[in-house]
Amino acid sequence: MSAAPSLPKKLNRAGLEIIPYRGSKTTLCAGCGHNSITERLIEAFWELGVEPWRVAKLSGIGCSSKTPAYFLSQSHGFNAVHGRAPTVATGTLLANHQLMCVVVSGDGDTASIGIGHFMHMLRRNVPLIYVIENNGVYGLTKGQFSATADLGSKLKTGTVNQLHPVDCCLAGIEMGATYIARSFSGDKRQLSAILKGAIAHNGLSIIDVISPCVTFNDHEGSTKSYAWMKDHDEPLHEVDFVPSFEDISVEIEEGESRVVRLHDGSRLLLHKLERDYDPSNKIHALEVLHEAERRNEVLTGVIYVDRNRPNFTEMLDLVDQPLATLPEARVRPTRAVLDQINEEFR
Amino acid sequence: MQASRMTPPLSAAHSTQFVRPDRVVNDFSIQVATVNGSGSQTANNVLMRSIFQMGVPVSGKNLFPSNIAGLPTWFTIRASSQGYIGRKKEVDFVVAMNPETAREDVMNLLPGAAAVYDAPLKLNELRDDLHFYPVPFDALVGPVCPDAKLRKLVRNMIYDGVVAHLLGIDLEQVRKALFKQFGERKRKAAELNWGAVTAGKDYAEQHLAKTDPFRIEPMDSTAGKLIIEGNTAAALGCLFAGVTVLTWYPITPSSSLAEALITYLARFRRDPETGKATYAVVQAEDELASIGMAIGAGWAGARSMTCTSGPGISLMSEFVGLAYYAEIPVVLIDVQRVGPSTGLPTRTMQGDSFSNAFLSHGDTMHPVLFPSSPEECFTMAQEAFDLAEFFQTPVFVNMDLDLGMNNWMSEPFPYPEKPIERGKVLTAEDLERLGGFARYKDVDGDGVPYRTLPGTPHPKAAYFTRGTGHNDNATYSEREDDWIKGVDRLARKFETLRSRAPQPEAVDAPNASIGLICTGTSRYAVEESCDQLSREYGIPASRLRIKAFPFSPSIGEFIDRHDRVYVVDQNRDAQLLMMLRLELSPERIARLRSVRYYGGLPLDARTVTDSIVSQEGL
Repeated sequence: MSAAPSLPKKLNRAGLEIIPYRGSKTTLCAGCGHNSITERLIEAFWELGVEPWRVAKLSGIGCSSKTPAYFLSQSHGFNAVHGRAPTVATGTLLANHQLMCVVVSGDGDTASIGIGHFMHMLRRNVPLIYVIENNGVYGLTKGQFSATADLGSKLKTGTVNQLHPVDCCLAGIEMGATYIARSFSGDKRQLSAILKGAIAHNGLSIIDVISPCVTFNDHEGSTKSYAWMKDHDEPLHEVDFVPSFEDISVEIEEGESRVVRLHDGSRLLLHKLERDYDPSNKIHALEVLHEAERRNEVLTGVIYVDRNRPNFTEMLDLVDQPLATLPEARVRPTRAVLDQINEEFR
Repeated sequence: MQASRMTPPLSAAHSTQFVRPDRVVNDFSIQVATVNGSGSQTANNVLMRSIFQMGVPVSGKNLFPSNIAGLPTWFTIRASSQGYIGRKKEVDFVVAMNPETAREDVMNLLPGAAAVYDAPLKLNELRDDLHFYPVPFDALVGPVCPDAKLRKLVRNMIYDGVVAHLLGIDLEQVRKALFKQFGERKRKAAELNWGAVTAGKDYAEQHLAKTDPFRIEPMDSTAGKLIIEGNTAAALGCLFAGVTVLTWYPITPSSSLAEALITYLARFRRDPETGKATYAVVQAEDELASIGMAIGAGWAGARSMTCTSGPGISLMSEFVGLAYYAEIPVVLIDVQRVGPSTGLPTRTMQGDSFSNAFLSHGDTMHPVLFPSSPEECFTMAQEAFDLAEFFQTPVFVNMDLDLGMNNWMSEPFPYPEKPIERGKVLTAEDLERLGGFARYKDVDGDGVPYRTLPGTPHPKAAYFTRGTGHNDNATYSEREDDWIKGVDRLARKFETLRSRAPQPEAVDAPNASIGLICTGTSRYAVEESCDQLSREYGIPASRLRIKAFPFSPSIGEFIDRHDRVYVVDQNRDAQLLMMLRLELSPERIARLRSVRYYGGLPLDARTVTDSIVSQEGL
């Protein structure tokens, strides 16, 4: 140990350094898009000053599902069953609806084995952040196509995908999620703002992040490669996030930017690029996604936000205190109640 | 041993030289054959309850098809002055309302039995050795039920009046049972139905001369008791266990358990001040989701449960292995039905003993509780939650369709004496004092580690839960020594559980050289069979009822006290016997014999007795 005086440490709003927001060292391949997403998650939670103990992080099985070990070391984590993290996360929130829940999943998890759970999580608008680290292939089992692989995309072996891809954002809009975005692991600024928006949103956030697999799907002919994304990423807008605790008045030029107010008072600023885009228009959101697909573009940005639909735990009308810690007196009816019930069956 | 066909009554060919006494009081069975969806359930329940209210021990078995309306259904009511409430093979008194099965229903009766039937069916032409009572139901229903649309439903109440008159059931008790069945809110419907009962009684009084020997006479053996379905009792057990999360997927025969619980939660578990729920119920998209949610909730600290039947259990297999290895409390109530596959969804079986005890791949073992009665459904549901939370593991409660969906007499439920067991959960204050914890470390030597709940406000609270290999600190590990240490501790934990689980109930008969071992609802057939063996064959027989897996050491001691021990199974493969063989010494195994029934009906005593008599070479 050296006795040199240490520099003053940088603290966030919760008075914490960034260290507890980090996790163990990644075991994914160097250059994997997932590692960039992990970095953005660390930043977003630290910068917004979310206390780690308030967060539960969950995943299924696969490369992406390993990543919750790589961020928020002071948050409870659960690496569950392939494709079924939505169910475990839903249960977690039933027990404690005060938790902030983040689920990291892959395209195999979400669009194949777990698509049923994914759909029903959407229907329920379970209040959690669902990040899809989408690379179009199964990494841990060495490079088979997943259900998000695009038509005509080619595997390293030369096999060409002939099946229609599952578009998780389209599904999200149709089935009832309330914050839907697509991004690219290589777009630091956009992804960071989108993740922060999701943290501020009260409801289900679906964030489909194209995250190239450098080992199995980054070659010529792949539509989920860094090179492909460089040429085909089509941002809807530039995204800025203004947290609720930053008391800045933002200068908005009429017709140039849109402000999306989120539940906790934070704001998303969507700056117009080629066109003005209103993320509260469901039909339009579906249209632009279909249109982008036709043009072979990967549309990124905040695609759809619905601030009005109640989330699942609100619909259940739960008491304020988490069910997990209710004392016996609140969960075991009295002797008089049992007497009454016994009498009803006599 | 097994029934050759799926529909009762069983063939009369079984019995020989059957002579009936002049009077048979409070000791016979009534079978009502109707068409599914005709509202006969109400009439049958009223009839059963009327006998119960006269103080006569009674049981009811509903044999119904997997269908909403149109297929045949039978309801059997057994009155037994001695209190035998298992199924009885022989039908003594039939009410033949279903033209489709009427002929068979009557042909299968033993000589001297009685039959009430719909007059146009002319069943009296079939045999001359029965007591026949024709009733013109259509002619009677018109005047009492002006609304033609309701006649199909009201028509069945007429036989209640006829049967009550013929058997001497107190009409006042029928009236009381009927009004209880309909409840205060359906008073008008009750009045209408009461009219039909009276019409039946009047007709019987004026036109039918009693010739059969069967009678119900008042007794005093049911005072204070309840009549309740096992599923309702289990739901109440969960309610008083303090369940906070129920996630489920509809499946016969467990749906009515979830639905009963939902009703009680809504009635009794709303916060008195805010009206908000102290529970969450989710009807999931499938059984994979229901167990996944229950596990997520258990992980985060809820008293969580799911209920299902065999096909659901098959789907839950992977998740249950995760909960076992990652050590997450969850209660699974399995109301067993006949399998494999879709099997016979509305028939009963004890077919999931083996699969539940060892569900999932790799080295897995799970505690299984075997309730036999509504009282035990009530108490064991509570024990299941306490065991799950203390041992941080999935706990199965193996009911069956017979127990879950049939009406049973029951003692009133006792208020729980023990406080709720929440297990070894560390709070932020504990962590501050201890300076941290290791999630999977065996601190107390009982194999049970400490856990923290997500949301615990302390930097040392978090750990990473995973189904992959891990060490004491919950860190990912593929090391051979870490893996072995972990699964050995889980085995140790299971050993601790062995003495904490409900212990067997043994009844030793004096000088008995044979014993019977069973679980769950087999007890009724076994208890009656022990009496039959002693009364009819002069063989004293002891019995032991297992209430939980892992098995108690006292089972081995019971076997030692007897030369031959018959293990009674309601499945083809003798699953209980197989499980016992896994744990017992060769000397003890050598004493075991098997009695099996797997036809889908509730086990009856005669089947057990016949099998033992045959194996004993008598």
